[in-house]
Amino acid sequence: MKWETVIGLEAHVQLSTETKLFSRASTTFGDEANTNVNLVDCGLPGVLPTVNKNAFYKAIRFGLAIDASINKVSIFDRKNYFYPDLPKGYQITQMEKPILEGGSIEINIDGIKRKINITRAHLEEDAGKSIHEGFKGTGIDLNRSGTPLLEIVSEPEIRSSQEAVAYMKELHKIVTFLDVSDGEMSQGSLRCDANVSIRLKGETALGTRTEIKNINSFKFIEKAIEYEVKRQIAVLESKKKVEQETRLYDSVKNETRPMRSKEFANDYRYFPEPDLLPVVITDKEIDDIKKHFPEMPKEKSIRYVQKFGINESESSIISNSKNLANFFEDCIEIVNDKTLLAKILVGDISSLLNKDAKEITDTNFTPENISQLINLISDGTISGKIAKDVLEQIRSKNIDPIEYIKAQGLVQISDEDAIEKIILEILAKNSEQVKAYNNGKDKLFGFFVGQVMKATQGKANPKSVNLILKKALSNEHT
Amino acid sequence: MTIQFLTISELKDLIKKKKISYEELIDETFQLIKKYSSINSFITLNQKQALINAKKLDKNNLQTNLTGIPIAQKDLFCTKGLKTTCGSKMLSNFVPPYDATVVSKLNDAGSICIGKTNMDEFAMGSSNETSFYGNVHNPWKFGYVPGGSSGGSAAAVAAGLVPAATGTDTGGSIRQPAALCGLTGIKPTYGRVSRWGMIAFASSLDQGGPICRNAEDCALLLDAMSGYDEKDTTSLKLDSTKIHNNINESLEHLNIGIVNEFKQNDLSADSQKLFSNAISEFESLGAKISEISLPNIAQSVPTYYVVAPAECSSNLSRYDGVKYGHRSSNADDLESLYVNSRSEGFGEEVKRRILIGTYVLSSGYYDAYYKKAQQVRRLIKNDFGNAFNEVDVILTPTSPSQAFEFDSKGKQDPTELYLEDLYTISANLAGLPALSMPNGSINGLPVGIQLIGNYLEEEKILKLGHHFQKETDHHLKKPSLEEFA
Repeated sequence: MKWETVIGLEAHVQLSTETKLFSRASTTFGDEANTNVNLVDCGLPGVLPTVNKNAFYKAIRFGLAIDASINKVSIFDRKNYFYPDLPKGYQITQMEKPILEGGSIEINIDGIKRKINITRAHLEEDAGKSIHEGFKGTGIDLNRSGTPLLEIVSEPEIRSSQEAVAYMKELHKIVTFLDVSDGEMSQGSLRCDANVSIRLKGETALGTRTEIKNINSFKFIEKAIEYEVKRQIAVLESKKKVEQETRLYDSVKNETRPMRSKEFANDYRYFPEPDLLPVVITDKEIDDIKKHFPEMPKEKSIRYVQKFGINESESSIISNSKNLANFFEDCIEIVNDKTLLAKILVGDISSLLNKDAKEITDTNFTPENISQLINLISDGTISGKIAKDVLEQIRSKNIDPIEYIKAQGLVQISDEDAIEKIILEILAKNSEQVKAYNNGKDKLFGFFVGQVMKATQGKANPKSVNLILKKALSNEHT
Repeated sequence: MTIQFLTISELKDLIKKKKISYEELIDETFQLIKKYSSINSFITLNQKQALINAKKLDKNNLQTNLTGIPIAQKDLFCTKGLKTTCGSKMLSNFVPPYDATVVSKLNDAGSICIGKTNMDEFAMGSSNETSFYGNVHNPWKFGYVPGGSSGGSAAAVAAGLVPAATGTDTGGSIRQPAALCGLTGIKPTYGRVSRWGMIAFASSLDQGGPICRNAEDCALLLDAMSGYDEKDTTSLKLDSTKIHNNINESLEHLNIGIVNEFKQNDLSADSQKLFSNAISEFESLGAKISEISLPNIAQSVPTYYVVAPAECSSNLSRYDGVKYGHRSSNADDLESLYVNSRSEGFGEEVKRRILIGTYVLSSGYYDAYYKKAQQVRRLIKNDFGNAFNEVDVILTPTSPSQAFEFDSKGKQDPTELYLEDLYTISANLAGLPALSMPNGSINGLPVGIQLIGNYLEEEKILKLGHHFQKETDHHLKKPSLEEFA
């Protein structure tokens, strides 16, 4: 491949503040249209914005995590354009003096680490929403109007769609761990614009870029960029020119296409917002944020290994997901066998989550029912095999593990005399196989275990079965 | 007995002596307004509610600083449940769901809102001729302008219909109409009075203030209007002023500065003479007069006409026919909804300023105009800083001319009218407090002088104005109103 891909991402992170950036209306998602709206949000004549400092604190927390420099005096600007869901006819944003400048985010693809530098991150208010369904004409919902966004702009240092996805995943991890954002992509809490261009390998000048607007899932980021790169290669290889333009990704057709020229042919006429004084952040405020800095995945992982004896790879998987880590920590005080907890979270539970494409917080799994289950395994009440069944029952029917195993008679048989009795019966019934085994057909050991499990409906303690079976078989031999 | 032309202090005295009930006071106010309706000083009256409030006061017998005092609100202060048009067709149907801070403060002080006064559309004008609701007559002469943009407020007070009215001042909109109508008005330090609920023209210049019959009443009203408001982050973190109680305190060793650069302006010989008289009067009050220089002052009008339109072009973007206000009935898509609603809803002067503002903020022009203007603004501010190292107060004429006939100025060249703001505009650019008060008349038309104070020194200029008014009778003159009754 002679072409090199150059990508810069502008990520929009919705900050998880209680109230809006410039008004004290709630930011709750999904409420009835136009219920989380006050005078300021609908841009009535005579209203004025007031700053929500919590949005600044969240932005600064992010800045500290990526090692950005924090502008202690930050200024807001107006970006002027007309749109029905933009009530004031301008958006309050930061042009000249963003809250954050510089910093970097490290991505890791198959063990190869790369730093992507951040140009800047600025605070701005979100617009409302135009609604076209459900009635005649166009409706406006201003619930989202004024919600705080942090726009994080990367340098054009990303070189593939995989790297773009890795970058966004890393960003997602950071903002969710820091409680800067809930990171819910389906609700628009994290979305991005991708600036994509290509150039011949070895070139240093940048090619003409296109901007793909408003991509809101990891999958679409990958697909949109892949489509766009292929399109640009085809354009250049047919000796045409790539137009600098804004494009939209259509996930149904899996293609990007240009937005109508009117939608982006704006001169935004930026100028400093005269209704707001410059916002000054003190050293004390920054120190307070540092003092209450949340634990990041790396530190978490080390702590899990050192304190609970979890193995490194499981520890790192758990600590890289905020939801799994929270779940793990909610269980850790209750469960007896912490390594078993880690193993089941990373193994059985994670594969069920993958299958359902769900976060653990959206399932029937709770720290209570999973801790119970782990303890039932570790004290020998049920076998690992039964545990899988119980897990499935929790997933699909939200059963209570203890009640369920009682009702189903799934308690493990650990009584060695009882197991020995069953084994001896089985050996007596299968004298041919015993003979063959003793003549060197070792593989038949599994057959006997299977027979025992069948006879006990899987409830026999596998460790005991192994021990007693070995002893019994060697007795037969002599 | 008539209440016409009485000051707030005189009305309070009548009320105290029980010579008039609140209800009678308000009722008579509306009779006066009706009698002189040809002045056209009001856009909307609040008659029903005002009378209800007055009756309540008669029952309750409460006494606060402004209890029962009828006050007219400029029609750009939002009044809950009472139409607020800003002098524009665009907001001809707009009824705010909330009160401006100035309105709620004056209501809390016990005053009674009589109605909403006529004004230049969105406060853009110096003659009140840009109002969608018709010209306002200067009570001193039929067919003459009252000044602007707070023309309706000034006319209502000058005709003695109300003792006080609120105004707003972006480039002289309180002081110039006060001067042209023979009244006293003050534009406070930027940030003294909350802008919450004051419909924005140019956010970094707009400031609310009172127009009254004298400096003493202005102090009383400013005390009630001012003070920090958490809803306006540009408001200063200071308590409301407490000037009225100290208004009679003496001012000693006051240095008054006369601006060198203004000498070259062509004031008429009559105006020049009145100005010299004022200087002598201040000298006889014990002030020392000295000349000061404001080297960049000549740039203040051009600077203003970049900054103010820039901010206005953005502030007025919200009037798009989507949410409230005028919506064109000739729209078949989004683009035509915007274009037609705004073309029909705004008047010529507002459109002109939106165009200027849009131009100076456009990419490629921003640095040459807006940025440059902000730099010059800083220089003008610094000039005042230097001047106030030498003097306490700066004395200037308020306006280059007296009231003029309708349609006589600015029709060919709008900048002719912009020059009306020559003396007043720099106080807005610098954010300084400035007072205008009467200083005699020429051919029966009032002339004003302006006192510009240093930051937060409203008290000094109001006291100085009050002392001047104790020794002079310019502010006591009344128009005959024969042509209006």
